[in-house]
Amino acid sequence: MLMSSLASLMLLIAQLLLLLALAGAVWRLLRGPAVQDRVVALDACYTDGLLLMLAIALRTGSILYVEMALIIALFGFITTMAFAKFLLRGEVIE
Amino acid sequence: MKRWLPHPLLSFALLAMWLLLQHSLAPTDVLLGLILAGLIPRLWARLEPPALRLASGFVALRLALRVAGDILWSNLMVMRRIWSRRAEPASGFVTIPLELRDPWGLAVLAAIISATPGTVWVSHDARRQLLVIHVLELVDAATSAGTIKQRYERPLMEILQC
Amino acid sequence: MNALQQLPSWAAVLVAGLALMSAVLAFSGSLGLLRFRAFYQRAHAPTLGTTAGVACMVGAVVLCFSLLQDGLAVRALLIGVLLLVTAPIGLLLVVRAALARDHLAGTPGIPPWDDDLEE
Repeated sequence: MLMSSLASLMLLIAQLLLLLALAGAVWRLLRGPAVQDRVVALDACYTDGLLLMLAIALRTGSILYVEMALIIALFGFITTMAFAKFLLRGEVIE
Repeated sequence: MKRWLPHPLLSFALLAMWLLLQHSLAPTDVLLGLILAGLIPRLWARLEPPALRLASGFVALRLALRVAGDILWSNLMVMRRIWSRRAEPASGFVTIPLELRDPWGLAVLAAIISATPGTVWVSHDARRQLLVIHVLELVDAATSAGTIKQRYERPLMEILQC
Repeated sequence: MNALQQLPSWAAVLVAGLALMSAVLAFSGSLGLLRFRAFYQRAHAPTLGTTAGVACMVGAVVLCFSLLQDGLAVRALLIGVLLLVTAPIGLLLVVRAALARDHLAGTPGIPPWDDDLEE
């Protein structure tokens, strides 16, 4: 009983830390200063969001959140790639 | 064999990914996975990728384990750097002359260097064979360059036999 | 009610510990993103979350769901493999784009943009 409430507490702390990490990345996204900082920050937002989804999956025991994390991972990569391409040339599709 | 399965490794990876996505080993899923693993590498061959010859699976496995260990270790190093009270790490760019020319080898080297926290691939001049990386905590440029060449470039050249 | 209470207690603590380790790594990455002064330094920080952070969390999820479902739940491994491949490529592309922009803006202390991509 004690062990299981300790585990719950650890998971709660993990979720709070992930929220703080997400907030930090959002702060960097808003502050910039350069556009490339914002792209790196957006990529970090995607990663932190994905980890948060997996932490929620651990809490709820629902496999659906794992699917969501998979989709976030895919979209994160596509977004970062498109933005990097845009920064390089000023247009996404040549 | 060569005719039916032009890229056996790719076929295997596709089958594994398909079964992971379906999350089942039901005969219908395996059958569909086998069909995909047979067809997609043919499309890939149409793209005329540069030839890949793996000389040593053992060296490849050893390199993969070494990279995994290095990534874990540099995670700890970068975390210590972030939490330390000194605000500014002494970071800098390092230019490394490369001997590796194979496009596959260069792609894997880029992934290894960028995946390891603390180092990132910045640019590569194929004509003069110069690689520029950025190192978060740079102690000595020559040592960093030597480490990259010794730990990653040498085994990659051994695996690709060039 | 949470899923950890249905696990044996050793597994619950192990799963929560892995999740906590992953969260500490991701949080450190964010802290680095806020603390470092130069862009090229900041670009290193999020790799903490995308490498060991994702590895720990995927390990926790695989362990937790394997025990909950009475069978190996390897689905989450796909996320780990996907990020292992995509995260370095994304980072590389952004850094290269940043280098090209810095070069265009004439920022000092930047290696030359002498790639034959331009030719």
